[in-house]
Amino acid sequence: MKPTTWTITLSISRQSGGAPRHFQEFTLEVNPDEYVLDAVERVWAFHDRSLNYRHACHHSTCGACGMVVNGVEKLTCITPIREVTRDRGTLRIEPLRNFPVQSDLVVDMSAFYQNMEASKLNSVSPVEKADLPIDHPTPAAPAVDAERLVDCIECGLCVSVCPAAATSDSYVGPAALAGAHQQFQATGEISLLDWADHQDGLWRCHSAYECTAVCPSNVNPAWRIMNLRRHVVSQRIRSLFGAKEPRP
Amino acid sequence: MPKQHSPHAVIIGAGFTGCALAYDLAQRGFAVTVLERGEIASGTSGRTHGLLHSGARYCTEDQEAARECIQENRILRKIAAQCIEFNGGLFVALDDSDLSYAPKFAAGAQACDIEIEELTTAQALQLEPNLNPQVRMAYRVPDGAFDPLRLALAFAASARQLGAEFKPYHEVTGFILDGQGAVTGLNVTDRHARQAYQQPADIVINATGAWAGHLAAMIGLTVPVTPAPGVMVAYNRRLIQRVINRLNAPGDGDILIPQRRMVVIGTTSFKVQDADYIPVFPEQVEEMHRKAMELIPAVAQTAERGAYMSARPLIGTAEDERSLTRTFKCYDHAQGGQVERLVTITGGKATTCRAMAEKTADLVCQKLGISAACQTADQPLASYRLYYSA
Repeated sequence: MKPTTWTITLSISRQSGGAPRHFQEFTLEVNPDEYVLDAVERVWAFHDRSLNYRHACHHSTCGACGMVVNGVEKLTCITPIREVTRDRGTLRIEPLRNFPVQSDLVVDMSAFYQNMEASKLNSVSPVEKADLPIDHPTPAAPAVDAERLVDCIECGLCVSVCPAAATSDSYVGPAALAGAHQQFQATGEISLLDWADHQDGLWRCHSAYECTAVCPSNVNPAWRIMNLRRHVVSQRIRSLFGAKEPRP
Repeated sequence: MPKQHSPHAVIIGAGFTGCALAYDLAQRGFAVTVLERGEIASGTSGRTHGLLHSGARYCTEDQEAARECIQENRILRKIAAQCIEFNGGLFVALDDSDLSYAPKFAAGAQACDIEIEELTTAQALQLEPNLNPQVRMAYRVPDGAFDPLRLALAFAASARQLGAEFKPYHEVTGFILDGQGAVTGLNVTDRHARQAYQQPADIVINATGAWAGHLAAMIGLTVPVTPAPGVMVAYNRRLIQRVINRLNAPGDGDILIPQRRMVVIGTTSFKVQDADYIPVFPEQVEEMHRKAMELIPAVAQTAERGAYMSARPLIGTAEDERSLTRTFKCYDHAQGGQVERLVTITGGKATTCRAMAEKTADLVCQKLGISAACQTADQPLASYRLYYSA
């Protein structure tokens, strides 16, 4: 069976060397089941070799290829073209918001990764602690001693979409708070609560839940932030009565 | 900034090899600059299957590569545990042809010093309930899975802590020679600012993998490397905890690995001239789907999450790319009076990137008359996130 072909226009944000940004249009033929990143890569390969964009694994494990596609944060390597446009449609492609733009679609992830490091999230976890407590169980074997890479791929989509991050450069952001929550659940380490219990930490969040809406990797940062608040408040009350350890 | 008065090594390419080499050379006292035309690990490295090889895949056909893999597998588990899911793997026999391969496999694994354990059908199904119930026998092997970008970043972070400088989005456009056949620097374009400049170097290492031939051709040199792409397909459920390999000679779609909440099947193998853009062919994706269902039937009820192509850098130019070795090779271009102060490293596997860096750094030290031993196998790497530290 011959694959369907669509003609689409990519309108890509271009920016370099401090000049104001503009949009440049590229029209190409695609298979609608291809992913948005495939189309961006073809623009670089066959239309304009000066285009800069971030990418590495092409299957949602590395988190490098986050972009804003038609106004919505997407991990472009797993976003099928048919989900975001139609035949003869346009894809407007912009860099992530709330990050400094280095050029075109490339943003500087430094502050984000520093916050992730401060959250102390281990990137590998025992399988039974890697899943969300509100998850359906993993359909594989009972995971005796098995470990896996955690869900957060540090793509930054949650920070890009967050209205609180848009108002404050010092907010540590949903990903790092979710990381601290996951690490706290695994270890019970009180210092993680202290780190998050801060005006630029847990209390900057306005409960917009946009982070959870765009997360491509099941992290559910908004739920984790709310749950971490419960742990912080509970710990504060318990410490009033002299308790030093969290409730087991 | 690179240290003053140290010899300045400039590495082209920030894939696994370039990042591991930056760490090794920085440990041996070099000032190191890494130039990469795109993002870290945006070529072959990022798009790898993510399999931490035990070497068992190659233990009958390519024992040199198999031995390299098991040695490096043990080292990476120690130094890069931060980005490895180490749950082991199974080689499973599903038919008579697989069963007849088993004695050869067991002998090959023993010859290459790879620990394997024979399992009964019941034991294999208990470990992996989603395995094809037709399984006839299985071996357990020390396979794992890693996150590709994080493995590269961990080497790069460790290199940066020792003063190495990384310049992503800086593309090499030519070599600068001194008139007597020695490389003294590179012409580079800063792709962010769209500005050209010259990068001086005491020695240049071409670590561009599948692109090594293209880089070498810029100054009329030949490197016999064949870009040999293969397709990978990711599915959105973690149906297994261990790597599942088909117990037979290496072929298409014979490895299924778990990673985060996914499983990834791979791969195919064919040859291309130019690795810059390789389309994902729908018929190859279909074939991977069929092969994945043979090993794990539940893949049939699982949605595709991604599909991608990656070009292996294979040494040689043979007709049948499956016959080319998975080992690596380091070229000193001064040999035969060609070009001095230029080295190329290519071939190999992600699993062997540290060893590739060690051999290359040995050659670089020997060329510059420096005696310093490799120390990269001893200490855990710095947190990958520190690549982004100030």
